Amino acid sequence: MEQKSLAQRLHIDIPLLFGLVLLCGMGLIILYSAGGQDIDIVIRQGVRMFLAIMLMFAVAQLTPTQMERWSLWVYLGGVILLIVVLYIGHISKGAQRWIDIGLVRFQPSEIMKLAVPMAVAWFLASSNLPVKIGRVVIACVMIMVPVVLIAKQPDLGTALLVAIAGLSILFIAGISWRLITALFMLAAAAAPLLWHFMHDYQRRRLLMFLDPEQDPLGSGYHIIQSQIAIGSGGIYGKGWLNGTQSHLEFLPERSTDFIFAVYSEEFGLMGAILLISIYLFVISRGLTIAVSAQQTYGKLLAAGIILTFSVYVFVNIGMAIGQLPVVGVPLPLISQGGTSIVTLMLAFGILMSINTHRRMLSE
Amino acid sequence: MSLKFYFKDNIEESRLIKRRIIIAASIVILLMGLLLLRLVNLQMIKHEHFITLSQNNRVKVLPIPPIRGLIYSRDDILLAENQPAFSLEIIPEQVENMDDVIKALARIVSIQDEDTRRFYKLLKEKRRHDSVPLRYNLDEIEVANFAVNNHLFPGVEVVARPYRRYPLKDITSHVIGYVGRIDDNDMAQLDNSNYLGITHIGKLGIEKTYEELLHGRVGHQQVEVNAQGRIIRVLERTAPEPGKNIYLSLDVSLQKVAVEALKDKKGAIVAVDPANGDVLALVSSPGYDPNPFVNGIDAKSYQALLESKSTPLINRAVQGKYPPGSVIKPFLGAVALAYGVRTKDETTWCPGWYALKGHEHRYRDWKRGGHGHVNLNTAIVQSCDVYYYSLANDLGINRLYDGLANFGFGEKTGIDISGESTGLVPSVEWKRRVYNQPWYQGETLIAGIGQGAVLTTPVQLAVATAAVASQGKIVSPHLAYEARDPITNQVQILEHAHSHQVAFQDPGIWKFIIEAMTDVVHGAYGTARRSGMDAKYKFAGKTGTAQVIGIDQNEAYKKEDIAEEFQDHALFIAFAPVDSPKIAVAIIVENGGSGSGAAAPIARILFDHYLLGLQPVSEVKENNT
Repeated sequence: MEQKSLAQRLHIDIPLLFGLVLLCGMGLIILYSAGGQDIDIVIRQGVRMFLAIMLMFAVAQLTPTQMERWSLWVYLGGVILLIVVLYIGHISKGAQRWIDIGLVRFQPSEIMKLAVPMAVAWFLASSNLPVKIGRVVIACVMIMVPVVLIAKQPDLGTALLVAIAGLSILFIAGISWRLITALFMLAAAAAPLLWHFMHDYQRRRLLMFLDPEQDPLGSGYHIIQSQIAIGSGGIYGKGWLNGTQSHLEFLPERSTDFIFAVYSEEFGLMGAILLISIYLFVISRGLTIAVSAQQTYGKLLAAGIILTFSVYVFVNIGMAIGQLPVVGVPLPLISQGGTSIVTLMLAFGILMSINTHRRMLSE
Repeated sequence: MSLKFYFKDNIEESRLIKRRIIIAASIVILLMGLLLLRLVNLQMIKHEHFITLSQNNRVKVLPIPPIRGLIYSRDDILLAENQPAFSLEIIPEQVENMDDVIKALARIVSIQDEDTRRFYKLLKEKRRHDSVPLRYNLDEIEVANFAVNNHLFPGVEVVARPYRRYPLKDITSHVIGYVGRIDDNDMAQLDNSNYLGITHIGKLGIEKTYEELLHGRVGHQQVEVNAQGRIIRVLERTAPEPGKNIYLSLDVSLQKVAVEALKDKKGAIVAVDPANGDVLALVSSPGYDPNPFVNGIDAKSYQALLESKSTPLINRAVQGKYPPGSVIKPFLGAVALAYGVRTKDETTWCPGWYALKGHEHRYRDWKRGGHGHVNLNTAIVQSCDVYYYSLANDLGINRLYDGLANFGFGEKTGIDISGESTGLVPSVEWKRRVYNQPWYQGETLIAGIGQGAVLTTPVQLAVATAAVASQGKIVSPHLAYEARDPITNQVQILEHAHSHQVAFQDPGIWKFIIEAMTDVVHGAYGTARRSGMDAKYKFAGKTGTAQVIGIDQNEAYKKEDIAEEFQDHALFIAFAPVDSPKIAVAIIVENGGSGSGAAAPIARILFDHYLLGLQPVSEVKENNT
């Protein structure tokens, strides 16, 4: 047996780490421009990133077997917290997403972004694949319970992403094509029902997605401004700190949801291709980890995590370039904000664990 | 673990997963390809188009906030107005070193620590290109001082904005409420696009109930700006729709008299028009000045208001839950007559106490020696407790509950200001649900004299009193009666729930009860005869003295521990004139002692003022607190 490298002993996946650090670095550079050249904002974000990466290393020390064993409990705990949050929200008569434990406030719905894929992977891995119809139904229930709870908070965006995390694992686990078609039709049929349960303001927002002209001050305006920013960037961009669109305050949510527009205005098509390539590199590394994982649980979970990550990238960029409706999904590792980075890094910690612990098992 | 591992068809499973991952990967690549295609389209093919747009992109859409509607009383007195005031605001993005700028500004205009603290708090909530207020209410000298030095402070500006002001301050605080800054909770429930550029929202009282009408609709304008972002000209403008002016049935002059009558006391007064439920006066004493709340009251003053023993922030008139004591007697009398439990002339022997059959415990009358033979009229006029112990015992808790519920006790009156309490009429079911205990017969007796678990709000008492005055009409009390468009003056009548009639088979019951209540004031033995002396009109009333716990105590059962600490609450309900009632009132003076001594004289003052236009004489201020 050859000697294990330092990285392997520390359970770090070098290619993945390389991609992530690259993304974080680019994020900080763009944030400096998007945040009005306020170095404080950049430092704060940098500290968040550093802490999140430390967390990632910590999670990577756990073995996939441990995670598999805990999956169900993490999931059940998360569901209970969601109910608690909903109850607190109910008595305070407003939207409630946070649990306040003295020093820290956190959103249980954020936990579910990991807990749902973990639990679904655990459940599907516990019997032979391809997954049978009975188990598909149970898995769907496991996904829908937290999704409905999150949607009731109300936080439709997160609910949708949690659902995608769970469903992508079902897909990898070999759910039959006929069932996939059936699920799609079911979803289409459920749409009017969902409409019925929506809050008034959610309906208004949805209607605005469909007809942005109705909202001259809101999303319609945002989409146009974002496209002008990106389009005017051209092939090579206007240069760092030289984006006129963003600095003249035409762009809303410059450092969060629409940060891609700032980036593309200043770095142009070349920059965009570079960014998307780095994302593709991270995604392909994640999928490789999924394919080469030794246990079914690891394969499913790794695939689920990395596919959800891909959806984030696609939805955020799609929104900025006007292909998708405006939903509050941050650009992974680039947008300003702590919660999303922590969740993402935890997820990558899981990927690293899956990848670096497999050789130990085979010994 | 490993056993299961080998049992599974591992190779086949791996192949399946690999196949699926390849499919998924293809989809990901396809989607990313779509993004790239679109980017190529935007950044290469349409680049010229967008670069022109971006160079000409000097067009911004800005919201124009509407002007908030005003609030008037029925006699056209302004109760809530918009006053332009100058504030000093900073756009964070355009300032390099915030601390230095604030220090420099402090040399020109007065900036307190409190201002800085509030500013930094707001700074965190706002976006970097939103202007953040540092000082409100600059005076003219400060405005001038800043204007001279304007060029030294890029990103700092003096802005004139309308601010909400409540000229009558504490006199109308519990009616009007106030507006305050929009917070996260409000945010979650707002129609965002209709609140762009809006900083304040109704938080309490009329301001909250009629928020939608008062707010209006946000307009917007397309403006052309130069490269520095300054507005050059307006291209297109959709005017905002100003909020509607709201008119209240409140009689400000009566309201002032009522506030004065409760000065330095804790208590509440509600006066309504029995014919339609118009609220003529609504006072909770002490009041508070709502103006500091508009721009965020400082923590110290807020803490002081919160911790004040006289709880000025609680609206006693609608939130306060008081044991009604003897003022419940006319209503229970009517209920007993309606159920046929008592006739008008039937008498009860009152030796000064009452005991249940087979029990030792003596329920005492307030009059030690007793009232002798008592009929219903005497029982109301002299407020005989023993008669009512016996009446309640014969009525039973279920009929007592139904009867009082008929008058609206135990449920909200639906008055158009928020936070109303339901009060409480106890029932067997309630006791089981809340305490998991059976109902005791003795509790029925105590309820019969308006003590024990029975709790009413002043507004409920006023509505029930109005119902007697109008011979059974239960009105839904309301303050606002119409909204007017400030531009077209178009009047919109505000609809309220309709009144309903208490169905008693014998309408003579009302006449009888009204007569008894008139005797309370004008009869030779009436408990409120001193307040009725020499009145130029006849009025009807009932005194009450409730043994008490402060209103912050919900537990009605611990009488013994607290009764000594607090004096009794004084209550009085009344309406006038008896023949054609124009006003019905409920008055509560917390820890005021007896109803006849502390509360009834206030009713006389209110009636004298409302019916005859007399101003109260200053002898009211005995100042024996």
